[in-house]
Amino acid sequence: MTARALPDTRAVEDWRYAPQAALAELWPLEAPDTVTVPAGEHFVRAIVLDTDAVVHLDLTLAAGATAAVHVVNVGSGYGRVEVTATLGAGADFTLGAVQLAGGSAMREIVASVTHAAPDATSRQIVRTVLGGQATGTVLGRIRVERGAIGTDAEQSIRAMLLDRTATANARPELEIFADDVKCAHGCAVGELDAMGLFYLQSRGLEPPRAKALMLQAFLAEALVGAEDEERLCALALAALEGLL
Amino acid sequence: MLVIDDLHAEVAGKPILKGLSLTINAGEIHAIMGPNGAGKSTLGYTLGGRPGYEVTGGSVTFEGRDLLALAPHERAAAGLFLGFQYPVEIPGVSNVQFLREALNAQRRQRGETELSGGAFLQVAKLKAGLLKMDMDMLKRPVNVGFSGGEKKRAEMVQMGILDPKFAVLDETDSGLDIDALRICGEGINTIMRKPGKAVLLITHYQRLLDVVKPDFVHVLAGGRIVRSGGPELALELEREGYEAVA
Repeated sequence: MTARALPDTRAVEDWRYAPQAALAELWPLEAPDTVTVPAGEHFVRAIVLDTDAVVHLDLTLAAGATAAVHVVNVGSGYGRVEVTATLGAGADFTLGAVQLAGGSAMREIVASVTHAAPDATSRQIVRTVLGGQATGTVLGRIRVERGAIGTDAEQSIRAMLLDRTATANARPELEIFADDVKCAHGCAVGELDAMGLFYLQSRGLEPPRAKALMLQAFLAEALVGAEDEERLCALALAALEGLL
Repeated sequence: MLVIDDLHAEVAGKPILKGLSLTINAGEIHAIMGPNGAGKSTLGYTLGGRPGYEVTGGSVTFEGRDLLALAPHERAAAGLFLGFQYPVEIPGVSNVQFLREALNAQRRQRGETELSGGAFLQVAKLKAGLLKMDMDMLKRPVNVGFSGGEKKRAEMVQMGILDPKFAVLDETDSGLDIDALRICGEGINTIMRKPGKAVLLITHYQRLLDVVKPDFVHVLAGGRIVRSGGPELALELEREGYEAVA
């Protein structure tokens, strides 16, 4: 594979939120980790990134194949996790990702799911918690190609800002070229559920602890069902404690 | 134990409670019944201190303290428990973790020593048993994947573990089948029917009151108590409807 040229982050949309200087340090990137999941087989991968790096997992799911990818993106510098998946007929793909950043960290999750054939299902759940002057970016794309009828795709992107000085970028994208498809998506940057906070406080938890548990719950949504859920949740919680 | 005097409260600028007065003594179980929109849940949330439920007049005194001056977690530590009509799901946080933290947070606020993990699990097991809930359920995330009835039983397990002096139970009977209703009702009796404790049951129906026998029944309509009586009042309401009675 020929090395790509360093993108100009001001001009190239997919690198729009990446810091040019940090990216130049990491360039040229390694080729994507390319995996083809054969028909009827199941693929599982956990990606934990806690250094300055750009990693890219590129999946192709044959008919009836399934895959579950879970991501924990934490660290003090620039780190980007990119997951692309192309789904064959009846394939099923799950992406559950969390990223946590404080200080001046910049973390990115880029997900692109292509429904290339009929009746595939996919869900993307990405949760971001940011403090300090950190920036967290999520680019999430669902592409439904012509003829991919019966597609059922979901995408949920949410971010929480612990400090007003942090920045969340979220860009959900739907490109649909087929009829008879279901694509649900939601995207929000906001506050913790007030009712949940009240519920926890009404049992005696002090407000900061209630908030921490709500954030734990917020992150857990993305990691639930992961093969090594316990380890990933512990990593996310450790990063969360560093932000609170 | 609890004295509510001329309480006025509003939600989003709309007055809901309009001069509600009620005195509950230790050892008593009171039931509040009333039509939809009367302000029953607002009363529960106002006592619990839910943000957005603004008190515009009157007072609430709990064991001589100004309850309304306390934050929700301080009300809990003071001995108040609010049973939710719709218990909230908290994914990723187990009942055991949540309840141990909550109990120890209350104990800290009261200047008591915290319970160790082992001591807590013993208490939890005992209280879960009262509500016929096994410990595996308590190891699962708070209310996630629980049926309506399981959520209500889990609320009662929480009440058993936290062991409050005073419980406001908001439609604990809604969504329960006959067996679960009896289990919850008996749980309330076992946990709260004690000389130093009191309960305010908020309900629409007589059926919970067949199990948890109230000492007093009140009818709430238009944001005030419009009638009070003994257990016979609940039967009269069931027979003749709110409109005829209130």
